[in-house]
Amino acid sequence: MSNMTREETEALIQEVLEVYPETAKKDRAKHLTVNDQSIEQSKKCITSNRKSLPGVMTIRGCAYAGSKGVVWGPIKDMIHISHGPVGCGQYSRAGRRNYYVGTTGINTFGTMNFTSDFQEKDIVFGGDKKLSKIMQEIEQLFPLNKGITVQSECPIGLIGDDIEAVAKKTSKDLEKPVVPVRCEGFRGVSQSLGHHIANDAVRDWVLGNRDTDTSFASTPYDVTIIGDYNIGGDAWASRTLLEEMGLRVIAQWSGDGTLAEMENTPKAKLNLIHCYRSMNYISRHMEEKYGIPWMEYNFFGPTKIAESLRAIAAKFDDKIKEGAERVIEKYKAEYEAVIAKYKPRLEGKRVMLYVGGLRPRHVIGAYEDLGMEVVGTGYEFAHNDDYDRTIKEMGNATLIYDDVTGYEFEEFVKKVQPDLIGSGIKEKYIFQKMGIPFRQMHSWDYSGPYHGYDGFAIFARDMDMTINNPCWGKLQAPWTKSEETSMAAAAGA
Amino acid sequence: MPSVMIRCSDAGKLLFYVAKKDQEDEISSVEKDSAEEWGGEVELADGSKYYIDPISPPPSFPTTLRFKRL
Repeated sequence: MSNMTREETEALIQEVLEVYPETAKKDRAKHLTVNDQSIEQSKKCITSNRKSLPGVMTIRGCAYAGSKGVVWGPIKDMIHISHGPVGCGQYSRAGRRNYYVGTTGINTFGTMNFTSDFQEKDIVFGGDKKLSKIMQEIEQLFPLNKGITVQSECPIGLIGDDIEAVAKKTSKDLEKPVVPVRCEGFRGVSQSLGHHIANDAVRDWVLGNRDTDTSFASTPYDVTIIGDYNIGGDAWASRTLLEEMGLRVIAQWSGDGTLAEMENTPKAKLNLIHCYRSMNYISRHMEEKYGIPWMEYNFFGPTKIAESLRAIAAKFDDKIKEGAERVIEKYKAEYEAVIAKYKPRLEGKRVMLYVGGLRPRHVIGAYEDLGMEVVGTGYEFAHNDDYDRTIKEMGNATLIYDDVTGYEFEEFVKKVQPDLIGSGIKEKYIFQKMGIPFRQMHSWDYSGPYHGYDGFAIFARDMDMTINNPCWGKLQAPWTKSEETSMAAAAGA
Repeated sequence: MPSVMIRCSDAGKLLFYVAKKDQEDEISSVEKDSAEEWGGEVELADGSKYYIDPISPPPSFPTTLRFKRL
């Protein structure tokens, strides 16, 4: 932290922990740390992927959210049934803004909500009959669907319905893949297990479907985009860059993705993974079973994009390497203009992040390109391997918080006084009322895309528009302002 | 008896990955690593040791194997 030393940051953590009872304090202390770049392995300094403490407010989701909301939901030509009571599906419907191309309700179903709407009698007598009935109905009403997934909600596991048997039988009747996913919300400590369960379901029910089918002609330049959910069009902004450098993107997992793309993924030459947390499992599986190498990349901000494009090109021949240089050169004028415009307005601003999956470390580069500094970061549901990767990205003596509680986050912000916070909708209004500029970084605050060079321009504009918004100087009523503060405000504006 | 996936890192070293524990460490030494067999006692970069009966001929990586914790 630019103006906080290691000792000060450590003291801050101790001060925040002070209010907890003894056992809670001991537990939470393990999740908060001061970054030390010399540490190779995060397990020496931070504990992650543990059950949240009862009684504190955290921001985690459930396994169903990880499977239906993140991994399976964006696959546009399949119908995803939220199997169980109506609320889980309805309140998460279309909230993540996974854009796609298609006619909703005809051949794509991304923003629709399908649910088995469990009632008391389904809990008492079981919901298997209902499930098979609604799948028949779906087939009648939406004949262009390519397959169905059954996303279990909590009661399915509790009453012990055999959705696998129903899926197998219906799959035979409809002659389409029907995938049962055991992602009941109570499983695991956060949405992270939902990602894993969803990956395992893809592995068991989808990936091998076309192993014997040779009709797909592959080229030596076939790659896939894995773990990009096309939030606000992110995957499209990434895809254009890859295609411009001469690669062929044969599948998008899972933003704007289709079932056929997933089935053809084993025919790729290289899997490119953006969100490591939610899709590393399937990438590892494909490496083992099909021998497809995988690599992580980062398309936030020109520095990281150039780095990633070169690293991707290094896996291919000279034609692609040349292509990568050409792409970087092509967009150079564009991104330099963006930096020239916004850097003077954003230079030196300090940012605190608290998001999920990949952003707490991936967007650091983009902020740094704009001359900003990330002074604190944390994940909702990361595991140790995510923190291993984060330690290198963050500056020394910066704050790192895992599964931060509402109280801790507020206290950190009060002390650190960042110029911008990037987190979720549940945090947004608290911090805005405290007078601190805020961006909702889960779905880009209804903006985007942020990936790629095109996305960087939007990212820079959004950050400027938030931080330099005149409203932050008007939070105090004029009659409560003392002479001094109004002078300071005038000087600062 | 953790089920371990072993793969080669970009640097050419072997990585020892236990999915259930999110543990990914470099293998620093393998007791028997020759053209005929691979296995025995395996030591990781963090000092922990695992054992697997030597496999012959050596497996091709990546692959999943069951190790015993020592």
